[in-house]
Amino acid sequence: MAEGIRDKVAIIGMGCTKFGERWDMSAGNLMVEAFVEAIQDAGIEKKDLQASWLGTCYEEVSVGKSAIPLAVTLKLPFIPATRVENFCATGSEALRGACYGVASGACDIALALGVEKLKDVGYGGLPQVDTQVGTALRFAFPNYTPPGMFAMMGTRYFAQYGLSPQEGKRVLAHITVKSHHNGAMNPKAHLRREVTIDEVVNAPIVAWPLGLFDCCGVSDGAAAAIVCRADLAKKYRPDPVYVKSLQIAASSGEEMICTDWDFAHVESTVRASERAYREAGIKSPRKEISMMEVHDCFSITELTIYEDLGISPRGKAKDDVEAGFYDLDGKIPCQPDGGLKCFGHPIGASGLRMMYEMYKQLQGKAGPRQVKDPKFGLTHNMGGIPPLNVVSICIVGH
Amino acid sequence: MVGITSYGAYIPMYRIQRMTIYQALGWLNPASLLPGEKGVANYDEDSLTMAVAAAVDCLTGVDRDKIDGLFFATTTAPYKERQNAGIIATALDLNPNARTADFATSLKAGTGALISAYDAATSGSAKNVMVCAADCRMGKPGGYQEEVYGDGAAALLVGDKNVIASIEGTNSVSYDFVDVWRSQEDRFNRAWEDRWIRDEGYGKFISEAISGLLKKCNLTPKDIAKVVYPCLYTRAHADIGKQIGFERGQVQEHYFTAIGNTGTPYALMLLVAALEEAKPGDRIIVASHGNGSDAVLLQVTKDIKKLKDRRGMKKHLESKKDLGSYEKYATFREILEIDTGGRGDEIAATPMSTLWRERKMILGLCGVKCRRCGTPQYPPQDICANPKCGAIKEMDDYRFSDKTGRLFTYTGDLLAFSPSPPAIYGTVDFDGGGRWFFDLDDCEIDSMQVGMPVEMSFRRKYHDPSRRLYVYYWKATPIRA
Repeated sequence: MAEGIRDKVAIIGMGCTKFGERWDMSAGNLMVEAFVEAIQDAGIEKKDLQASWLGTCYEEVSVGKSAIPLAVTLKLPFIPATRVENFCATGSEALRGACYGVASGACDIALALGVEKLKDVGYGGLPQVDTQVGTALRFAFPNYTPPGMFAMMGTRYFAQYGLSPQEGKRVLAHITVKSHHNGAMNPKAHLRREVTIDEVVNAPIVAWPLGLFDCCGVSDGAAAAIVCRADLAKKYRPDPVYVKSLQIAASSGEEMICTDWDFAHVESTVRASERAYREAGIKSPRKEISMMEVHDCFSITELTIYEDLGISPRGKAKDDVEAGFYDLDGKIPCQPDGGLKCFGHPIGASGLRMMYEMYKQLQGKAGPRQVKDPKFGLTHNMGGIPPLNVVSICIVGH
Repeated sequence: MVGITSYGAYIPMYRIQRMTIYQALGWLNPASLLPGEKGVANYDEDSLTMAVAAAVDCLTGVDRDKIDGLFFATTTAPYKERQNAGIIATALDLNPNARTADFATSLKAGTGALISAYDAATSGSAKNVMVCAADCRMGKPGGYQEEVYGDGAAALLVGDKNVIASIEGTNSVSYDFVDVWRSQEDRFNRAWEDRWIRDEGYGKFISEAISGLLKKCNLTPKDIAKVVYPCLYTRAHADIGKQIGFERGQVQEHYFTAIGNTGTPYALMLLVAALEEAKPGDRIIVASHGNGSDAVLLQVTKDIKKLKDRRGMKKHLESKKDLGSYEKYATFREILEIDTGGRGDEIAATPMSTLWRERKMILGLCGVKCRRCGTPQYPPQDICANPKCGAIKEMDDYRFSDKTGRLFTYTGDLLAFSPSPPAIYGTVDFDGGGRWFFDLDDCEIDSMQVGMPVEMSFRRKYHDPSRRLYVYYWKATPIRA
């Protein structure tokens, strides 16, 4: 395995807007809000930036193509700007570009910014873009939405591990109740109301077996990170956060085409996390990871992620969920900021929003949601659907 | 000897009780109530998809590579320009050398296509011609025709080998008798007075065609085992047979109260029903009605006993679900302009060049099978998806449309727009290998189960009203009883 980027890059500033239905804010307004917070947090000036990466997914309903909207909105001084897109893992992809730029020596300080403006579409849920799987596959894909594609993982997970739909839905409800509890304490979160197991289980169905509360918020928002060479980080702040690993894995097609894959796990998460642990020098994630923000687009996704990350044993995540292992006061708090579920999910911003929480937690600035003495924080950002996806894992620490 | 070598039929899963229609709109026309029910195409079915379904039924036990002609007869072709038969031939994955033609604009187009297929096989210009007929006609809401018209399809394979019913003679009468009509501006049929249609047209042309045929062939009604013709009016239907000299038992049951007047395929669907009961040696006459009549004399051979089991009319008649509501019917037929919630309006342009390039994949549901490791794969891949193989460009075509499979997982999606929510879809593991996700149809979410057997059904993928396009693809359905 390659040497990797462990401890070569530090995060010295971050910003994140309030997520939600920001009817009065354009994508550009959101970018500025996140950028100003990040640059003030880092204590640098715009002229210190040497390169920039923009992550946005549904550019056709917000900023348009290319990185030019980033450069123009922020009035960046003719520095390199690149736009990246990897479905819902877009935000992590922007961070990866900036980190790799710094780690390579091509630049000393770089900006990663993710933004999404989803509430200019005119109907609920993500935009219906027929051609997002290409002009040919579009004809072969069913009439699907993301909840449905993940709901199929629920159906399969229940069947594979012998859970009745009622049992399965109650397990998933624990995950939702936990994230709502955390999100209610977060002033920047989109959804800030505690819910009960019964409310979750009895909510209207969106895509069988998933109900309304099994699905994350569809939000507007932006988040940004300023990264720099690790050896320069202390010049800017006493408490920078260091990147321990940053790994990404994309589906090979075998899940979708061959019949071996069980549709009850995401193979890219398994592959990316194995590499990420190795790069970070983590031997036992269940013992060493202090907290995490994972891609809980749907409750079933979070349940399977516990297993795919090698933290809960295969088929046994239910036991950890019910024991409170992932609660805010549990062994590995998961979604301390409310997650996609409650913080919200402006696609291009989400990966950076996850990092924002890990960054604040590591600095001890998470207020009532503060996790005790965290050492390693993990983010897991997934783009696509269970059979066809890209997964980004980032581990950060002191 | 030239004649029918195989047959198939299709009746959609859904039926609507005529009383259901009457309860919704009978107040407009209180005297319109008719007994029984009629076949209703699902929201994603039309004459073209039903023709494919009947053809697939007809292909049971048939080597489709030998088919060198396909004729499609209908008055409700989705396209006025763009050959509909060509879409069917591609969906059936027929050899591109097969001659294709649409027969249209009259309810006797079905028998017309049959006679043309007979002529082609007799002349030797084609050896095996598939004749498909289907219709999905609409009467105006609240009218008599809406209660009468049913949807369905039939398919007959015509050739000179393994003939199960030889064609022994034909007789046609053609008149510009305008009982019903639909001009290019119309969605719904219009009609002249029923009493005139019954007494001056329907009551005369079928008799004329059949009597002429009997005379031509030197036969009397006693020589005929079954006489088959469509039913427009039940009393008049019985009178026609009586008038020519047939006993009641010689007249094929018309299923008017089970499927309705299915239009172009009607006579051929009834012929399929007659063939299902026929014995070697039986003579059958089938006659159509529509701007005159074609009558065809057939004689059943002993090879009919070798025919493989299929759904035909009998199983399709038994396998049904009640649609239950007129509003649902009106939605399926796009009579009601429903709220799509915005999401349903978003239809990207259909690139014709992509459809052409990927025609085998999209219309033909063909994937590939790796020559090296034997893994069937869909959609077609250049590089084998089996991680242990990875062979590059060592693929043979592999057809999935004729494979059954098991439902690996599924969902019922209420966020996706569907005229028949929830949008049910799932992942299918094909028997023999291969996996893909498909929309699931003719089923309800509560009856779905992981592992249930499914089969493939050619359906309308979407209708793009702004570009006037109907785009087709395959869906999965629970295996129909």
